[in-house]
Amino acid sequence: MEKNEISPSIEILIIGGSAGSFEVLLQIVPSLKLDIKFAVLIVLHRKNNSNISIADLFSKKTAIPVFECEDKDNLLPGNIYFAPPDYHLLIEKDRTVCLDYSEKENYSRPAIDITFKSASDIYKEKTAAILLSGANRDGADGLKYISQNYGTTIVQDPKEAEISTMPKEALKIFEPDYVLRSKDIIALINSF
Amino acid sequence: MITADVVGDEDLELLLTEVASVYGYDFTEYSKASIKRRINRICLIDKHKSFAELRYKVLNDQSYLSRFIEEVTVNVTEMFRDPTFYKTLKEKIIPQLGVNPFIKIWLAGCSTGEEVYSISILLHEANLAHKAIIYATDINPTVLEKAKTGIYPINYMKFYTENYQNSGGTEDFSNYYSANYDHVSFREYLRKNIIFSTHNLVSDRSFNEFQLIICRNVLIYFDKVLQDKVFNLFDGSLETLGYLALGSKETIRFSNLNQTYKQIEKEKIWKKTR
Repeated sequence: MEKNEISPSIEILIIGGSAGSFEVLLQIVPSLKLDIKFAVLIVLHRKNNSNISIADLFSKKTAIPVFECEDKDNLLPGNIYFAPPDYHLLIEKDRTVCLDYSEKENYSRPAIDITFKSASDIYKEKTAAILLSGANRDGADGLKYISQNYGTTIVQDPKEAEISTMPKEALKIFEPDYVLRSKDIIALINSF
Repeated sequence: MITADVVGDEDLELLLTEVASVYGYDFTEYSKASIKRRINRICLIDKHKSFAELRYKVLNDQSYLSRFIEEVTVNVTEMFRDPTFYKTLKEKIIPQLGVNPFIKIWLAGCSTGEEVYSISILLHEANLAHKAIIYATDINPTVLEKAKTGIYPINYMKFYTENYQNSGGTEDFSNYYSANYDHVSFREYLRKNIIFSTHNLVSDRSFNEFQLIICRNVLIYFDKVLQDKVFNLFDGSLETLGYLALGSKETIRFSNLNQTYKQIEKEKIWKKTR
């Protein structure tokens, strides 16, 4: 499945996940090398629970600075960002965050498709994106769009995904650059 | 499937400039990423196959303008959204407002009114409604008409009741409305001290001085330049020691208000200190 092309330098890595992907993130985030040269943006379907800060939770697992995005935040290389619950997240040309409280898409807000497309329009071939476990089809179309714009696309191996619907939906409509298990996803990210 | 945008960056600039000059609705300082998505969404829904087609329709069919504005501006809202925000309003802010002989509140960008009725309920529960006025404004006359009716789908009530209870509400929420088949009407007395009016944050000025301005999830659609203008408008419309309340991911951090406003705990509520 792997392509032998040299991937262009990555400016942003977006990780989209839904049911069953939290555990995977708990493996990936602590294993990222500390001097990543790109921004990592994580779009996760989750409950809007204002008592728990996801940034605080993941800050305890890595020395990389972790933030939950607010309106107009700058996406800087070397940081990890989470999309806030219950907002769609788009990206402006100046690499700032644009939040949007419009209709749900794919029954989801944030919708992974929306962020995937927006990032692809801005970062073009310097976009890398991973689609993890999940129970619906959000992210599949967006990942294909990134692929068509020459970005790097990765799908979690459905055999490993706790809920394989989301990875399988992506594999139904296009062939991503990589289909990998979590440990290989980590190795790949650290090679970017 | 996600297709390439019908309306590109340059098209967008052109259309927004033309809409501003022809109709006086100025969206040129809206967040580009968001408004571009909204406009491309209109093309998809209304089946405009090219930018030229959309542009012709918008500029030559005045009846289409209201649809355009309704779709470009986002009107998604709910009652007692972010219960912890309402809990802070109820416990910390509303009692403070109560010391004034008259309470004037501005809810800017009220959309279809769900938050206005939420605030009205808080004022009634605090026995302050008799001396309070809420100015509820929006750019869009169509949503204001809806807000005035106070009629909402009955299937949202379970969720709104949960929000109400999570914000510290202890009354029977269903006392605030009467149910009618698939809809509910909120009680007339909740509307008595609400003034609904159109107001465009981009072009209209301050119209009063308030002790509380609530503007939630409106500024996210504006670019930083426009945000600053609106922050200044709010600052000029707020009494000293008044409060400014924003959406849960909005901030005054990037504006000059940051110097003179003090945040109330972790909520997106700031007190004007001077």
